[in-house]
Amino acid sequence: METKNIMIVGVGGQGSLLASKLLGHLLMEQGYDVKVSEVHGMSQRGGSVVTYVRYGDRVNSPVIDKGEADYIVSFELLEAARWLNYLRPNGQIVTSTQQIDPMPVITGAAQYPENLVEKMRAKGIKVDALDCLALAEEAGSSKAVNIVLMGRLSHYFDLPEEAWQKSIEACVPTKFLELNKKAFELGKNA
Amino acid sequence: MKQLMLGNAAVARGLYEAGCAVVSSYPGTPSTEITEEAAKYDEIYCEWAPNEKVAMEVAFGAALAGKRSFCGMKHVGLNVAADPLFTVSYTGINAGMVIAVADDPGMHSSQNEQDSRHYAIGAKIPMLEPADSKEALEFTKRAYEISEEFDTPVLLKMCTRVAHSQSIVNIGERAGTPKKPYEKNIAKYVMMPGNAKRRHPFVEDRTRRLTEYAEHCDLNRMELGGTEMGVITSSTCYQYVKEVFGDTVSVLKLGMVYPLPVKLILDFASHVDHLIVVEELDPIIENHCRQLGLKVSGKNILPMEDEFSQNLVAEKLGGTVHRGVSLEDTIPPRPPVMCAGCPHRGLFYTLNKNKCTVMGDIGCYTLGAVAPLSAIDMTLCMGASISGIHGFNKALGQESEGKTVAVIGDSTFMHSGMTGLANIAYNQSNSTVIILDNSITGMTGHQHNPTTGYNIKGDPAGKIDLEQLCRAMGFQRVRVVDPYNLKECDEAVKEELAAPEPSVIISRRPCALLKYVKHNPPLVVNEEKCVGCKSCMKIGCPAISIRDGKAHVDSTLCVGCGVCEQLCPVGAFESTGKEG
Repeated sequence: METKNIMIVGVGGQGSLLASKLLGHLLMEQGYDVKVSEVHGMSQRGGSVVTYVRYGDRVNSPVIDKGEADYIVSFELLEAARWLNYLRPNGQIVTSTQQIDPMPVITGAAQYPENLVEKMRAKGIKVDALDCLALAEEAGSSKAVNIVLMGRLSHYFDLPEEAWQKSIEACVPTKFLELNKKAFELGKNA
Repeated sequence: MKQLMLGNAAVARGLYEAGCAVVSSYPGTPSTEITEEAAKYDEIYCEWAPNEKVAMEVAFGAALAGKRSFCGMKHVGLNVAADPLFTVSYTGINAGMVIAVADDPGMHSSQNEQDSRHYAIGAKIPMLEPADSKEALEFTKRAYEISEEFDTPVLLKMCTRVAHSQSIVNIGERAGTPKKPYEKNIAKYVMMPGNAKRRHPFVEDRTRRLTEYAEHCDLNRMELGGTEMGVITSSTCYQYVKEVFGDTVSVLKLGMVYPLPVKLILDFASHVDHLIVVEELDPIIENHCRQLGLKVSGKNILPMEDEFSQNLVAEKLGGTVHRGVSLEDTIPPRPPVMCAGCPHRGLFYTLNKNKCTVMGDIGCYTLGAVAPLSAIDMTLCMGASISGIHGFNKALGQESEGKTVAVIGDSTFMHSGMTGLANIAYNQSNSTVIILDNSITGMTGHQHNPTTGYNIKGDPAGKIDLEQLCRAMGFQRVRVVDPYNLKECDEAVKEELAAPEPSVIISRRPCALLKYVKHNPPLVVNEEKCVGCKSCMKIGCPAISIRDGKAHVDSTLCVGCGVCEQLCPVGAFESTGKEG
């Protein structure tokens, strides 16, 4: 199988590492070769962060380059727009509609662009946008946005529900398991 | 058993399986997780040392005693440890000693982009370079075999993309810790001139033997494909080349990057029409090829700067370049920022307000240089804030003394700030040093240090008292402030700058991200009161923005530190009274 590429983008501290851990576990359990590339250190501190998940028969590069991503999973709208040119033709964006102002917008040095979802769609990009923060809060914690997104992403994968459940159980602490399972369901059925 | 594992965790697994007994490191992105993961194996003694030089000397001591040892650091950490490095090459080891150094091409989290391979060449120490987690585990174990066979420490070179990417590894069992008896050997281990003179020829001969090893070992391998183009490469660059060309071009994949083979490279070159070296940063393999008289491409088509990627390799070497589409809108950048509730913020606001010249240092607080605080004038390397302010004030005297401060974190102070402070105490510059004590090593992800009172496993440990330490050095003026209290910070900075003698201010409050730190409920803006004056925007808090002319607090980020509240002239910030 040709290598498939999933990018997870967001703002440092939003929980992308758990999402990539879950995907890595899930895809390895399906028997694929998998590589996951993460960001640690300074760029994590509220900056734009990106995680690459790649799987297939044999994966070489640990990173995804421009025009290569089959999916971009985004925690934040501006970040989906920032990394848009990493999407391959016919690729799919799954994004939370949450907006977090970056420092240049906070200080007034720049503007947060408007109507990003509509503008992406006008380019012919397939965008699945939903309010993951509200769904995460409904599940019981604003921190569960990552699992809401995973629930939504599961739509696009031909994998049994129980495979996803098994990976959630493997990656999430027991005391938050029920909350995260609910978050997954809410994302999936939204 | 197969596992998906971070490159750094794979090195730690390699240490475990190789029977490594002692690990001493100083944290530094992208190397930190090697030691954090190693500490999870009860069979290995692990510690955070105050700096990389200490760590390497600890590892040497353990290897001398007869147990396999390890130290890990980032590329610039090896600069600090360069002193023992060059001489442990001469003494050699007793039990195996491995030194991991993690480069950061692209500078994701570093102040420069130096290429650590120069150290292997300079110190004449063999260097292995894995290209994924599987190799990281295998090469770590192999490094101990080479170390003991050739009587040398071995460098294991990681880079950000190998250290911080997960790939599949095969894990094995731990070898019984092979303890070697310690025997006194003055001629080998006491490096005074007469003995060192006799060790140098050993080092040269060892390099010759290692070069012979490099010709035949399976760390270096030829993958013959097409004859038109032959690529010599290593590390992640190998992965990019394979990504673009698969098995259609011939590749010489080097796992041992010092010493480099001669016959193997000449043999490979004879199979192909055009030879290209694909290596990040400096042209080290390329220059080696040129010395062998080979016609080779490299830095004439590929950059010296930044990390590579598959698209870059495709573009420069004639493969398929992928492209995507972008929006017409300008996407504002999202640089890293100090977290909401960061204790450094109040202090940097104070320094900005007092128009101080600020000698900075390495840590989260380097972000004090970012707008709107813009409160740092210089950042060079670990400890340079304190040594730098001394030089600055000696040069300018009264012109700078009353308005210049040095800022340094607690961990960085322990790393290499103490010696600079000793210089101020000894040579008496009228300097004000601010220790930003957030009770943890923050930037690298919360490692303990000699001031926190806990060891790498989180158990109680020795604790150095910063106030006593500064007083013992001869500082009469040592005071502690709470950086959440702007008035207190302002008074302290003004008074210490005005004082006619050297002084230390300890700005003390634990990092807001520490799990044990209890936060206040998030604040909310009373829009009736807010006049939109933007006074609260001067601190660059990511939780505060202006919406429709009024301040707005993001309750998912705010930790109720109250610094903004102290700046508001109309008392518009109010407590929500509920936990955030």
